[in-house]
Amino acid sequence: MDNALSREPVTPARGILAFLTRLRGGQRFSFTDTLTYAYLILGTIVMFGPVVWLAMSSFKTPQALAEFPPSFLPQRTETIVVEGHDRPLELYTVRFESGQTRQLAQISRVGIVARMVDPAVPNEVIEVNINQRTPVRSVVFGFENYTGAIERFPFLTYLRNSVVVTVISTIITLLINSMAAFGLSKYQFRGRNLIFFVILSTLMVPVSVILIPAFLVIAEVGWINSLWGIIIPGAATPTGVFLLRQYMLTIPDELLDSARVDGASEWRIYWQVVLPLAGPALAVLAIFSVMWRWNDFLWPLIVLSRSELFTLQVGLNAFQGELNTQWNYILAMTVLTLLPITVVFALLQRYITTGIATTGMK
Amino acid sequence: MKIRLFFVFAVLIVAFGLIQAQDTPPVELRFTWYNDGNEGEALEKLLTQFEEANPGIDVIVDTVAYGDLHTTLQTQVEAGDPPDLARITDVARFAGSYLDLSEYSANAEAYTENFPAQVLASLRAEGDETGIYGFPTQFTITAPFINVTLFEQAGIEIPDGSETTWPEWIALATEVAQATETPYAVAIEPRGHRFWGFSIPFGATYVNEDGSFTVDTEGFRAAAGEIQRWHEEGITPPEIWATTDLQVARDAFINGQVVLLYSGSFVLQQFDAAIGDTFDWRVIPNPQPEEGGVRTGIPGGAVAVAFAGTEHPEEVAMLMDFLSSADALRQFSAETLFIPGHLGLIEEGIEYPNQNDNLNTLLAEIPLISDQAYALQYSPYTFVLNPAITSRMSQVIAGELTLDDALIAIQEEMDTKIAEAQAAAMATPTPTP
Amino acid sequence: MPDSPCLENPMLRKLQALALQLIDPLLSLAELILIPIQRVIGTNRMGYIFVLPNLVIFGVFILLPMLLNFYFGFTRGDSILPENRDWVGNQNLATLLTCEDYLNYRTCEEDLFWRSAGNTATYVVFEVMGVVLFSLITALSLNQKVRGRGFFRGVFFYPVLLSPVVVALIWKWILQHQNGVINSILVALGGEKIPFLVDPNWSFFWVVVIGIWAQMGFYTLILLAGLQAIPNEYYEAAAIDGANPWAKFWYLTLPLLMPTMTVVLVLSLIRAVQVFDTVFVLTGGGPGTATLYIIQYIYQKAFDLREYGMAASASLVLAVVLFALTMMQLLARRRENTGLETHG
Repeated sequence: MDNALSREPVTPARGILAFLTRLRGGQRFSFTDTLTYAYLILGTIVMFGPVVWLAMSSFKTPQALAEFPPSFLPQRTETIVVEGHDRPLELYTVRFESGQTRQLAQISRVGIVARMVDPAVPNEVIEVNINQRTPVRSVVFGFENYTGAIERFPFLTYLRNSVVVTVISTIITLLINSMAAFGLSKYQFRGRNLIFFVILSTLMVPVSVILIPAFLVIAEVGWINSLWGIIIPGAATPTGVFLLRQYMLTIPDELLDSARVDGASEWRIYWQVVLPLAGPALAVLAIFSVMWRWNDFLWPLIVLSRSELFTLQVGLNAFQGELNTQWNYILAMTVLTLLPITVVFALLQRYITTGIATTGMK
Repeated sequence: MKIRLFFVFAVLIVAFGLIQAQDTPPVELRFTWYNDGNEGEALEKLLTQFEEANPGIDVIVDTVAYGDLHTTLQTQVEAGDPPDLARITDVARFAGSYLDLSEYSANAEAYTENFPAQVLASLRAEGDETGIYGFPTQFTITAPFINVTLFEQAGIEIPDGSETTWPEWIALATEVAQATETPYAVAIEPRGHRFWGFSIPFGATYVNEDGSFTVDTEGFRAAAGEIQRWHEEGITPPEIWATTDLQVARDAFINGQVVLLYSGSFVLQQFDAAIGDTFDWRVIPNPQPEEGGVRTGIPGGAVAVAFAGTEHPEEVAMLMDFLSSADALRQFSAETLFIPGHLGLIEEGIEYPNQNDNLNTLLAEIPLISDQAYALQYSPYTFVLNPAITSRMSQVIAGELTLDDALIAIQEEMDTKIAEAQAAAMATPTPTP
Repeated sequence: MPDSPCLENPMLRKLQALALQLIDPLLSLAELILIPIQRVIGTNRMGYIFVLPNLVIFGVFILLPMLLNFYFGFTRGDSILPENRDWVGNQNLATLLTCEDYLNYRTCEEDLFWRSAGNTATYVVFEVMGVVLFSLITALSLNQKVRGRGFFRGVFFYPVLLSPVVVALIWKWILQHQNGVINSILVALGGEKIPFLVDPNWSFFWVVVIGIWAQMGFYTLILLAGLQAIPNEYYEAAAIDGANPWAKFWYLTLPLLMPTMTVVLVLSLIRAVQVFDTVFVLTGGGPGTATLYIIQYIYQKAFDLREYGMAASASLVLAVVLFALTMMQLLARRRENTGLETHG
C-alpha cells in the first residue's frame, strides 16, 4: 500500500511512534502538526474502517453476524457433539442462581428461554434464562463463507467476464479517444468545433436516463447478450476525449512539423510522436476506464441476461436477490468483488494518485 | 516483425473467442428464472430428466434477482429478443408476446384440462379466447404466520382461528410479545398485494363491477389506520415499510423478533430451511372479517411462459409439455413445498416431505378466496395498483403524506393508467391472432 | 511539458514500451492503409479520419439514444419502439410541470417528480458543501510536511475506486439497526440504538455522509495539486511580513486556490445531481420518499410503471439543468483552464 513510505527508510528501533511523530524537515512537533496527524489518523479510520469491518465480518459465522454487540475479530462459539443431536451444539457457560457455573450445550433458544443440555448427561434438558449464559468463544478466521459463496456463485466465470470487458474496452477507449483527441487538437477542419461541442454537451448526461433508447439501439445492432454490447458503447467516452485533447493542446506543434519535414505520415506522427508524449494523460484515462468498466452495473444488468456472461457486479446483484439477506455470503462475495481492484490500487497507488493530480491540473 | 504480427493476431483471436459464445449443441433453450427458495434446484433436477430423455436439447437456466426480473424481460421482449421461456408473476404484462403452445404442443388440451381457466385467460391479449401461453408453476395464497413457541412461553392459548378476527389476533400477538420480551408483535410484508389481503377483511373493495377501480373505502382506511397504529405504538419493526424490503420482514420472523407476520405460502420453504428447529411456527387461517368485510387470502403465483419469436418452438413446446405434466409438477411441488397450480394434483393431494399441516391450512384457504381477490390479482392493472399502494403507504407511514392525499394519489395513478390503456386500445385495434 | 510522474517509474516505462512494441505491427498495418488516404484528402482533412472511429461509436451509442429519448419525451404508449408510440406534443412536460402551488410538491400533478427534484436540490447543497469542506481540509493536511503522505493520499482516495453497489452494501451492513457497528458504538457510549434508515433525517444524513465518503478522495487530489502549484515564495514573503498561519490561509492560500475550488465545486455539483445507484441499493428511496432522487424517479417511471414518455420528458428537464451546469463548468474552465471529471 505505502510505496511512498518505503522511499524513506525508517530505522526499526524508533518504531511506529517515532515514525509518526518525526517530521520531514526535522522541525519541532507543533500544535498544528498534532492536529494534522489527528485528523489524518481519524480520516484513515473513517475511510478504511468500513471496508476493514466488512472484511472482518466476512469471516464470521451467521450466528456471530447476528449478535449484539458485534465483536471486531471474527469469534465463534465453540461447539460440541452431544449424543442424540445430529449437528454440533454450541457451548455456553451458565451461571445458576445458586452461584454455581456449568458448561452446557444449547439445543435451541426462543425468546428469553434457552433449552440446554449437559454434554455429560445428554438426556436431561435444562431450561435457562438467556441472561444467565455466556458463550464459550475463540477467534477463528473461517473461510466457509467464501467457499460457500463460490459454490453458489460461478465466481471465476464472472471474474473472467469482468476482466475481458475491462481490458478490451480500456484498450479500445485509449485508442479511439486518443485518435479523436489528436484530430480535434492538431487539425483545422470544418465542423471541428461543432463535433467538440456536441461531445462536450453530452459529458454530463448520466447513462441511467437513456437506458431504454440505448438498449433499443443495442438490440438493433444485435448485441444483446454479447459482451460487445457493454464494451463498445462505453468506449467513446466524452471525458476521455476531453481530457486527452486538453493535454495534447500542450504539445507544441513544432514537434509535429519537424516530424512532417522528416517525411513522417500523419498516422506515424500520431503514434510515434504524440502518443508517447501523452503518456501521463493516457495513464490517467486508463485508470478511469478500468474503474468505470469494472464497477459498471446498470448497463450490463440490462444488456446481459445470460448467466455465463454476467460480470461481477451483475452477478453480485443476482446473488443478493437470490440469497435474500444471507449476509454471510453477501459479505464474502462483496469482499471478493472489491479485492482485485484493491490489489491493483495497492500496487500502483502512488502512480495513480500523483498521476491524477498532475494531469488533472493541466 | 512477422512473428510479432502473428502474435498480435493470435491474441486478438483468443480475445474474440472468449467473447463469442462457446460451442452450442444443436438446440439451446434459455429459461429466465428467479428464486424465492430452493425452486431453482428443483427445476434443475427436472431439466436433467428432460435432457436425458431428449438428447440434443440443452436447457440453460438464467437466474436473475426477482427485483430485476420483469424489468429485464420487459426490455428484451420489446427489443424483440426475449428468452425462450421465463417464470414470471406479473402474468398479463407480456400478453401478446407469448408463444401459442396450442400450435406446437402434442397435447394442448391437457393445459385447459389441468390448469385454472382464469390463469390461462390472464395470459391472453384482449380479443384472444383460445391461445395457450403457459401454465402456473405454483399457486400461492397469502396468510398469517405465527411463532408458536412464543405463544407457549407466554402461556397464551392459540385460538383455532375459525372465529378469530384481525384485531383479536393483533391483541394476542401484542400480549405474547410483552410477556416474552419479544421486540415486536406484528408485521405485514410491505407490498400492495399483502395490503389487499389485510384490508379486504376490514371491508375494503377495489374493483367495481364495470372493471373500474375505487380505492377510497372505509375498509382501506381502517386497515391503513391499523398499520399506522402499529408504527406509532412501536409494535412492528419500522424498517419494513421504511425500506419496503420484503426480506426485512421475513428476517424479523426468522430471527424470532416478531410474533405474527402476514406473508404467504411462498415463504414456506425459506422458513422451513432457515428456522429449522430453532422454534415452532405455523400458518394460521386467514382471520374472520370485521363487519362489512370478507374473509379471504389473496391468490397469486408464478407462471411459466414461452415467448413467441423463439427459434425452436417445437422444442419449447416439448419442454413446456414435460414441465406441466402431473409427474413433473408433483415432484417439483414436493421439493419446493409449493402448492401446485395443477387441478388434478390439488385434487389428489401431494405428499410433502414436511410442513404438511401448514400446507393443509393453506390448501383449505383456496376455496375461500373471494371474487374481489381474484378480480384484483388477475386485473391487467395489478402492476399499477400494487406498487402504488406500496409506495404511497410507505409515505403515509413515514408521515410525509396524509392518508387522504395518499388515497387521492393512488386513485389518480389508476385512472390515468386505465384511461391511457383504453385510449391506446381505441387507437390500435388489437390484431386477432 | 509537464513532468510525467507515471513514467518516472522504470517498470511502467518498460510496460509502456512493451505495449507499444506489441501494437507496433498493427499500427504499421494501419499506416499502409492510411498513407494513400492522406495523399488523396490532404494533411488537414486527416483530422476527420482520426475523429471518425470515436465519432461513429459516440453517434450510434450515445447521441442517437439521446435523440430517441428526446423524441420519447413527446410521446406516450407502452411500446419502446419509436414507430409504435403516439405523439402527444408537450403533454408530458405539461403534466410534469403543473402545480397548483409550486412551493408544495403535494399539489403538483406529478408530486414525486417535484419531491425528488426538491430532495436532489437539498442533497446537492449538503453533499457539495461537505465534499468541498472535507477535501479542502484533507488537502491542506496533506500539504503539510507530514510523513506517510503517499499512504494517506491513497487512503483517502481508496473509496473512489469502489462500485456503487459495493459502497451501498458496505454501509448497509454498518448501519444495521439491530447489530450494526455504529449502533454498537452508540450503545457502548451509553446511547441507544437508532434505526438510521427508518428516520427521514437520519437516512438523509447518512446518504450525504456516504456520498462524501465515496467521492472526497478524488477532489482532495485535485485540491492538493492546486495547493502545490502555489509558489513557495509567496509564503516566504508572507512570513517575512509576520503573517500568522490563519492569515496565510485566509489571504494567500484561499484566494490562490479559488480557481481549483471552482472546478471542484462544479464537478462535485454535477456528480451530486446524478446521485442514484448507491442510494437506490441502500434505502430504496425511503423512508417514504425521503431519499428519492431524480434519477431514481426517472428509472422507476420507466421500468416499474413503463411510462417511458414521462420518464423521457423528466430526463429532458434534467438534461437542461445539467447542460446549464456543464456550461457553468466550461466557463469556469475557460477562466481557469484546469480540471478533470470523473464521469464516464
